[in-house]
Amino acid sequence: MSFAVTTNPLASSSTAIEFRSVEKRYGQGPVIVDDFSLTAARGDFIALIGPSGCGKSTLLKLVAGLSPVTRGELIFSKSSASNFITQAPTLVSDSTHDDLAYVFQEPTLLPWLTVAQNVALPLDLRRVPSTQRTTLVSDALALVGLTPRSEYYPRQLSGGQKMRVSIARALVLSPQILLLDEPFGALDEMTRDHLNEELLAIRERLRWTAFFVTHSVAEAVFLANRIIIMSANPGRLHREIRVELPYPRTPATRRDPAYHRLVDEVSQLLRSVEDITTG
Amino acid sequence: MPRQKIFSFLLPALAGALFIAIWHFIRVSLSEDFRFLLPAPTEVIAAFREHGDELWRATLNTTAGATLGFLAAVAVSFTLSLLLSLSPLVRVTFYPYLMLLQMTPIIVFAPILVLWVGPGLKSVTIITFLICFFPLAVNTTQGLVSTDRNLVELFRLYRATKFQEILRLRIPAALPYFFTGLRIAATLAPIGALVGDYTAGSSAGDGGGLGFQTIIYSSQAKYPALFATAAACCALGFIFVAGVLSLSWLTLHKWHDSYERADT
Repeated sequence: MSFAVTTNPLASSSTAIEFRSVEKRYGQGPVIVDDFSLTAARGDFIALIGPSGCGKSTLLKLVAGLSPVTRGELIFSKSSASNFITQAPTLVSDSTHDDLAYVFQEPTLLPWLTVAQNVALPLDLRRVPSTQRTTLVSDALALVGLTPRSEYYPRQLSGGQKMRVSIARALVLSPQILLLDEPFGALDEMTRDHLNEELLAIRERLRWTAFFVTHSVAEAVFLANRIIIMSANPGRLHREIRVELPYPRTPATRRDPAYHRLVDEVSQLLRSVEDITTG
Repeated sequence: MPRQKIFSFLLPALAGALFIAIWHFIRVSLSEDFRFLLPAPTEVIAAFREHGDELWRATLNTTAGATLGFLAAVAVSFTLSLLLSLSPLVRVTFYPYLMLLQMTPIIVFAPILVLWVGPGLKSVTIITFLICFFPLAVNTTQGLVSTDRNLVELFRLYRATKFQEILRLRIPAALPYFFTGLRIAATLAPIGALVGDYTAGSSAGDGGGLGFQTIIYSSQAKYPALFATAAACCALGFIFVAGVLSLSWLTLHKWHDSYERADT
């Protein structure tokens, strides 16, 4: 998991991550991600959407450092303070993973730990002093509205609540980059809408840079300021759509005609990509 | 006590009484010549009184063999499973033999063991150990390598050390598998000790266990005492299984789905 340490300057001081012609393949297998270039500014909420096999999830794994890039560069900027907007970024290699969190498709909680212990797991693994742990955990739980459930075990929670715990765990170390791999895909539509609103409400306070993989166009339009439509075999950046709907977005946003136009537009683009892919 | 609870005690008690009544009825309907084949319940109780000291000593000896063999199997199989789970190379090399040995009736080793370590507690312990070892090792290894892939990635993402990954993730995740193995081993341990004692027991030293006592009573045609021995074996087996089930409950009931109640 080594990223090429590079001396090339970042595009701008507001850059969080830069993909430079990133390629990924496993061994001698087919190219999963091909020539992927993208510059994510700090605070960007980027939705990745596309047919299955387009490498959306792979891109997240590359950013997370769970898998190495085979060609090209992935460049992170890092600032020492959490108030990163005023900080000049410095170039670093994979040490930036300290500032990064991942939310999986499944809640991936440890069933033998309580909600509070699950949220504290990153702090445990990073050996954060126990004096700070209690506050950090209760803050994170309050953020997702699960304070009353802190002593429950995961099996006592609903699907939506489990996902909230998973999000609280991701946020407990105050990451600057949040990677979400279709986190609400298994939930019913009402719970999903609700969690989307909560996620944006949290974002108003914490301003991380997010990469959000989804199959739902409506979800992508509602959450993101940039939507990346990808094509498959190999996974390539097909089109980028800017979502000019203002934040904070609320349930009222879903009634906005501009929102519906965007959903239509992205849906049509997605369909054309899928037509190309399935040939 | 709620009605349901009363029934859950009353019905088994009634079934037991019925069983003893049928037993008694069969016995009285047998001709005098054959009554020795099925001693009356009262005769079995009398045998307990008559051979009490002997049976108690034999039960303690068998318990010792079963417990020592069982505990040794738990300790060694756990260590081996950890090694097997850590190295795919070691696993690929040895796992087939683990499966093969699991299918081998351990009791064929009894005569060899008697030759090596002599009859008595040592042989009985080793036989119990071997019988308990394989289900434990196979299940625990399976559990240690079946950790959720996403959870492993989560630990890697937070740069958990290998030690943290094993202690905080792989071992707890393997506990349900481990307890499956432990339950099997708990039923096998008293049987292993008994059969081991039957084939490799000795009257020398500690005076032998329940298996050895079985041989003596049958050669002396003390059939009520044989039934009493069977009852002692049954009690021993019950204690083992009940102990492991309680331990399993204490460890898993809060979080594992197998203990999920309707009200949670």
